[in-house]
Amino acid sequence: MKKIAIVPAYNEQGAIGAVIDEIRAFDCEFDVVVVDDASHDETARTAREHGARVITLPFNLGIGGAVQTGFRYAAEHGYELAARIDGDGQHDPAELRALIDTVAADDVDICTGSRFAGAESYRSSWSRRIGIRILARTVSLLTGQRVTDTTSGFQVMNRRAIELFAEDYPHDYPEVEATLMLHKHRLRLGELPVRMRERAAGQSSIRGFKTAYYMAKVMLAILIGSLRRRTTSAEDS
Amino acid sequence: MIVAGQTPLKVSLIAVGASLLLIVVVFELIRSRRLRERYALLWLLTGLVLLALSAWRSGLNTIASWVGVETYPPAVLFAVALLFVLAVLLHYSTVLSKVTDQNVILAQRIALLESDLRERESESARVEASATEAQVR
Repeated sequence: MKKIAIVPAYNEQGAIGAVIDEIRAFDCEFDVVVVDDASHDETARTAREHGARVITLPFNLGIGGAVQTGFRYAAEHGYELAARIDGDGQHDPAELRALIDTVAADDVDICTGSRFAGAESYRSSWSRRIGIRILARTVSLLTGQRVTDTTSGFQVMNRRAIELFAEDYPHDYPEVEATLMLHKHRLRLGELPVRMRERAAGQSSIRGFKTAYYMAKVMLAILIGSLRRRTTSAEDS
Repeated sequence: MIVAGQTPLKVSLIAVGASLLLIVVVFELIRSRRLRERYALLWLLTGLVLLALSAWRSGLNTIASWVGVETYPPAVLFAVALLFVLAVLLHYSTVLSKVTDQNVILAQRIALLESDLRERESESARVEASATEAQVR
C-alpha cells in the first residue's frame, strides 16, 4: 500500500527536521511530502536535507491551501493512504498507529486524532477551550455523531477522502468545514484519542483577536454549508 | 393636501451632465481596453438609468411621490445611484472571490509542477553521473 505523510509547514525550520525523522522512524514506508507555504526561513532546505519531498508554494496560501496541495499530490501519485501531520512537532507520529489501523481495516474513511476524546487533558487557554467546545458541539449536532476535536489537523485517511480533499478543500481554518464536507459526502468519520505535545517552536496561527474572527468565519461557514444542497455521493447517482 | 415636490432645473441639468460623463468615461475605458465589457455592463446600466431619471423630470417627480418622497425628488436619484453602486460592489466581491480561488489553484499547480521538475532534474543528473562513471571505468 502506497502511504504518504503530508506535512504542511510555514516557517518551521526549527521543528521540521525532527518531524520528518520521527515519521521515518515510525514507519519507513511512508513517503514524506512537506508543503512549504512560502516560508521565509530555511524550512524547504531543511526538509530536503532530511530526505522529504518538498513542494514550495509561490506565495502563502494559509493552512487550507497548503494541505490541499499535499492532497492533490497524493491523488495524482496514486497514494492509497495519507496521514496529515503538522510541521511544528506537536503531533507525535508514534500516535499514528491506531489511526492507521482503523482506516486500513476500512472501519472508517478518515480518522482524526483528538486531544479531547481521551482522559488526558490538553492544556490550553479557557477561551480556546470554550471555542473548541462550541464548535465540537455544533459539528456533533450537524453530523449526528460525537466529534470532540474539530480543530485537530492530525488525521489519517484513505483514497476516497484523499480524492475528495484534492478536489475541494476549505480555506483559512479548514478542519471544521472539512468535517462537515466529509459528512455530506457520506464518508465515514472516526475519532481516536491521541496525546499531543506542546509546540516545539513557533506559535499557533489562531490567537488573540484572531480567535473571534476564526469563530465568526467558521460559524458562517457552518451555517451556509448546512444550507447548501446536499452533494450526492457516487453511489447515489 | 401635500403638493408633490418639484425637481429644481439646475439639479436636473447637473445630474444629466454627471450621468453623461459616467457613460462617456465607461465607453472610453472599454475602447482603450482598460475595462472588459462584462464588467462594464453594470456601469453602463447605472449611467443610463441615472440619465433617464435625471432627464425625465416629471417622471422623477412622479416616482418620488410614489415612494413617499414628497419634499425633494432628487433624493430618489441618490437612492437609485446608491443602489446601483452597491450592486456593482457586490458584483466585484463575487469576481474577486472567483479570482482568489483561481489564484490558489494556479499556485498549487505551479508548486506541484516545480516539485516534479526538480525531481526529474535530480533524477536525470543521477543517471548522467552514473553514466559518466561507467565510461571512466
